[in-house]
Amino acid sequence: MVKLIARTACAGLLPKTIGTITLAEIAAAPVTLIAPHRGQKKATSDALKAAVGVGFPAPNRCVGIAPRAMWCGKDQALLIGVGCPELRGTACIDHSDAWAIVQIEGADAVAVLSRLTPIDLRATEFKAGHTARTLIGHMTGGITRLGSQSFEVMVMRSMAGTLVHDLTQAAENIAARAVNAR
Amino acid sequence: MRLPCPICGDRDRREFYYQGHATMLNRPSADAGTATWDDYLHNRENPAGETRDLWHHEAGCGAWIVVTRNTVTHEVSGAVLAEKAKT
Amino acid sequence: MRIAGKGLNPDGAPLSFTFDGKPYAGREGDTLSAALLANGVRLMGRSFKYHRPRGALTAGSEEPNALVTVGADARQDANIRATTQSLYDGLSARSQNAWPSLKHDAMAVNDLAAPFLSAGFYYKTFMWPKAFWERVYEPIIRRAAGLGALSGDAVEEIYEKAFAYCDVLIIGAGPAGIMAALTAAKAGADVILADEDTQMGGRLLAETGEIDGHAGSDWVKRQLEALAQMDNVRLMPRTTVTGVYDQGTFSALEQVSEQNAPLNTPRECFWRITAKRSILCAGALERPIAFPNNDRPGIMLASAVRAYLNRWGVAAGKAVTVFANNDDAHRTAMDLIDAGVRVAGVIDSRSDAKAQGDYPLFKGAQVIATKGRRGLQSITVQDANGTHEIETDCLAMSGGWNPSVHLTCHMNGRPTWSDDILSFVPMDGSIPDMSVAGAARGKFSTLECLEDGIAVATAAVTSLDLKPQKTETPTAEDTPYAIEALWQVEGKGRKWLDFQNDVHVKDVRLAAQENFRSVEHMKRYTTQGMATDQGKNSNVAALAVLADATGRGIPETGTTTFRPPYVPVSIAAMGAGSQGHGFAPERHLTSHTASVDRNAPMIEVGLWYRASYFPKPNETTWLEACNREVNMVRNHVGVCDVSTLGKIDIQGPDAAEFLDFVYCNTFSSLKENRVRYGLMLREDGHVMDDGTTARLGPNHYVMTTTTAAAGQVMKHVDWVSQALRPDLDVRFASVTEQWAQFAVAGPKSRELLNTILDEQIDNDSWPFMACGDVSVAGVQGRLFRISFSGEHAYEIAVPARYGASLFGLLTTQAEAMGGGLYGMEALNVLRIEKGFITHAEIHGRVTAFDIGFDRMVSQKKDCIGNAMSRREGLLDSEREQMVGLKPVEIADKLTAGAHLFVEGADAVSENDQGYVTSVCHSPTLGYDIGLGFLKDGPNRYGERVMLVDHVRDNHVLCEICHPVFIDPEGGLARG
Repeated sequence: MVKLIARTACAGLLPKTIGTITLAEIAAAPVTLIAPHRGQKKATSDALKAAVGVGFPAPNRCVGIAPRAMWCGKDQALLIGVGCPELRGTACIDHSDAWAIVQIEGADAVAVLSRLTPIDLRATEFKAGHTARTLIGHMTGGITRLGSQSFEVMVMRSMAGTLVHDLTQAAENIAARAVNAR
Repeated sequence: MRLPCPICGDRDRREFYYQGHATMLNRPSADAGTATWDDYLHNRENPAGETRDLWHHEAGCGAWIVVTRNTVTHEVSGAVLAEKAKT
Repeated sequence: MRIAGKGLNPDGAPLSFTFDGKPYAGREGDTLSAALLANGVRLMGRSFKYHRPRGALTAGSEEPNALVTVGADARQDANIRATTQSLYDGLSARSQNAWPSLKHDAMAVNDLAAPFLSAGFYYKTFMWPKAFWERVYEPIIRRAAGLGALSGDAVEEIYEKAFAYCDVLIIGAGPAGIMAALTAAKAGADVILADEDTQMGGRLLAETGEIDGHAGSDWVKRQLEALAQMDNVRLMPRTTVTGVYDQGTFSALEQVSEQNAPLNTPRECFWRITAKRSILCAGALERPIAFPNNDRPGIMLASAVRAYLNRWGVAAGKAVTVFANNDDAHRTAMDLIDAGVRVAGVIDSRSDAKAQGDYPLFKGAQVIATKGRRGLQSITVQDANGTHEIETDCLAMSGGWNPSVHLTCHMNGRPTWSDDILSFVPMDGSIPDMSVAGAARGKFSTLECLEDGIAVATAAVTSLDLKPQKTETPTAEDTPYAIEALWQVEGKGRKWLDFQNDVHVKDVRLAAQENFRSVEHMKRYTTQGMATDQGKNSNVAALAVLADATGRGIPETGTTTFRPPYVPVSIAAMGAGSQGHGFAPERHLTSHTASVDRNAPMIEVGLWYRASYFPKPNETTWLEACNREVNMVRNHVGVCDVSTLGKIDIQGPDAAEFLDFVYCNTFSSLKENRVRYGLMLREDGHVMDDGTTARLGPNHYVMTTTTAAAGQVMKHVDWVSQALRPDLDVRFASVTEQWAQFAVAGPKSRELLNTILDEQIDNDSWPFMACGDVSVAGVQGRLFRISFSGEHAYEIAVPARYGASLFGLLTTQAEAMGGGLYGMEALNVLRIEKGFITHAEIHGRVTAFDIGFDRMVSQKKDCIGNAMSRREGLLDSEREQMVGLKPVEIADKLTAGAHLFVEGADAVSENDQGYVTSVCHSPTLGYDIGLGFLKDGPNRYGERVMLVDHVRDNHVLCEICHPVFIDPEGGLARG
């Protein structure tokens, strides 16, 4: 009997440590993209809360820890870490394999991400639980703040190699600056 | 340049795709006639001053928005979701 | 000459460096120009046009003369201002624009020919004969004129780009900037303080005046320490704000390291800073006086002479003279005397000037001549008593100060003229949310700058609803700025205005005389204010001369437009991170590694990397591999990764109606578990994209797009849904990345699938165009019976994490059946043989009619593009329409991009009948075939046309045929 073997998006690329930075893949599956139909957002949120304990998040917010619900675009969110319950009036689309998700952690995490994304990452503006859809280098993707020095970056799965490349290059530059810049 | 996305707030211009004037929202009926369709598709004002144009928050939330801005001063005075824009 | 104990870093470590190969000693903290002057080197470069000997005029980023090349090969930097280049041990600098040497420059003959090289000489001299311009004149001029050269080697060093945000951006860290930063920071604002210099402090590092009873540099140090302690302050030294853009965005260039840093260290970082408020504290720049031969090495700005002395402990000469029209320059004499340097005289154009110390003062006097070929030796002074020759090796000149208004002009603002300071000051409100403080708006005393920094920052933070705390103004000098106009001195010899472009007073007058009277015209005619310094030293004086020559006032004459960047920005910094793997995202398929392991050449398709073909060891050309792969699919079975096609999941009560609106054909009538081909038009009636859409449930579809148009179609469905049909309740999301999808094509495709599917399929359970869920070796997947080859074929999809594994499994099974993998080349041949279109055909100018699909455009409903697809001219039989082409002589080769002509007609555009979009060698048919567009094509099957490819010089007589070359009835796919 043949069996298919699963392989994660960043397999063979991570983890790694560069200077103060550690990069590690986040295994998020299952992930479901939820998009409530017209007028169904409240009902969907209530049903979600009842079933898995987190509601439908406000724009640019991520709620819960495990499981969690991360806003990911106009009228859309990702339900992460739990199978999708039966949700009436909502489009539920399996996204478990759609993303490469990397955690970046360390004292220079903001400095590294500032090389790649045009959003305002200051702790006063972008707090833990905040999420943004934006650019990471030349890629569209998402950034979520997990803690004061910890972020989660996600891009399309096929771009895992480029994400790791871009984060690595930025982290290496920061590390070299600390040693060699005037 | 920065644009105020009604969903995401102020964002860098590079997250947005530019479409053209908001007149694109006023799609004629199928039988409106060639002249009306020609106007809709091809003819645009070129105002020196306030104008409303369509942008897609492509590298963001995916919303199509109508931005009011001034072509002379470059001031951006507001933005609304295209789905709610009354033209 | 270094003066012991002087300067801010008197005990700096010794450094060795070379200039034009000659070794010198400098010390830590020096700029290259300071170190050269310390070694008595005044001659640092040759001028752009006349190759006149020149030395440093300034001590800052506005330097026009002392441009050098630093480093070599891949680490060579040209046009580096010696005045901003930090010295490091082992630095190697070379002079530019001189041959064979800086001292003996052959091109200095230009200087003798100067009468023929006046303003506009290009336009006058090189008019005739016309053909000589490109071949003779321009190459000669380019060789003679010029700055440094590129090495020709690619940059190896790392450059960075980054973003930053703040509440208040303060540009310039002199007295005004530092006080503004303290004031804003204490009010709780997030502050960025950016300064172009290696050390913050501005003029306070170059002057001897005290603040609060301490040396200016000590006071600076203490304030910077206080700022560095505050979490809400970010100090950005060595960072020049280069441009101001809309909505509070700024560009800035940070010099991170020097040419000697390890290669892994960024050299520069190009910042994009967004600020709610900005305060420009850029200070002021001193301007020269245009007197005869005022460009000899040793003639410098008075403020620069002070800076070299007070900051770097360097006396710019042994017997220094000063020439000025204001009190400020007298400080230079005082500081030099205090340091023990002889001051041979101060020449002040004002008749009421007063000496401020013990030096010979010439009142109401002017410098009317200078001597010294490669460096100043003496000057001639004229006053009421006659002329005096003074021996001097350094003349410190000051024509007054120009506020650095540049950034306030980046959004079309114009500065206004101030009679008080005889210069331009920024106009309020030139940049939204920017205010200007200190010398940058004409407040020249140290005290005024300190006060202004506090006041302006207080206003800025108040406007941000922050509460400013009271900030005490330190005590400092408050000397009035006493100046009298002096723009030019008459006398024999050229009176240089723009040192960098060799523009002198007569050039500006000539421009006015020849009616280039507008300041912008004068600039272009004379080149005044161009190149790396952008006229920072010379613009105001040149305007004054133009105003005088045209009989207008300076305010009426106006200024040229200052544009970004404020200082030169290296292209490497602007393009940072975008080389190599950073150029564009690389999208890898789950089959990528396996394909590379099989030596498949990977080709870029948009951002994706796809296997071109899978070579066998005995194959020597791509065509051999391609032909084998095509035959394999036609006779056995082939496997190809097709995950790159866009996949959009569409759900909602109005999903069917939505699809009927975006596609020109109908999808509401599609049965569940069935797939239909769809054609999408643009609103102008031309084809946008095509693909298949599967109905998975009553309100659930999955649309596929072409690889090329996946992003465009996603944007389009967002547009239609949000902007045109918000009445329809439908939701969608891209699932392209969720699924790994493989084509399994060929007569044995079902046989292969039945080896891996948990439930067997047959023609009844999975007829042509069926689709649905399947279990693939225990994994939930999807199966679509669709064909892009004309063969009995399927596409099978599993969640991407299983993609690599399924690809391996399919490969093994296919090879066991005499089949195997096929790549893009074979895929292309298979589809051309079957007459299937790609974006080679639907390239944006073709309609449904042109590709023979006009009957797909439903007449029963409105849809995108429907109305305009029927407009006049789009249904005309004379349009170029899709046909097949085959060579009359079967050995002939077809080429894509060729044009079609009636046999015997001249192959010129007037006779153009159409063009060829796709060609291939068909191993199935044994000859080349092609698809193309031909006027009235479908009515000309059997006729002959001449294929002409001017680029490849190919002429082939072709027969026009139906575009479907094999199995026109489609029996194979229905199997």
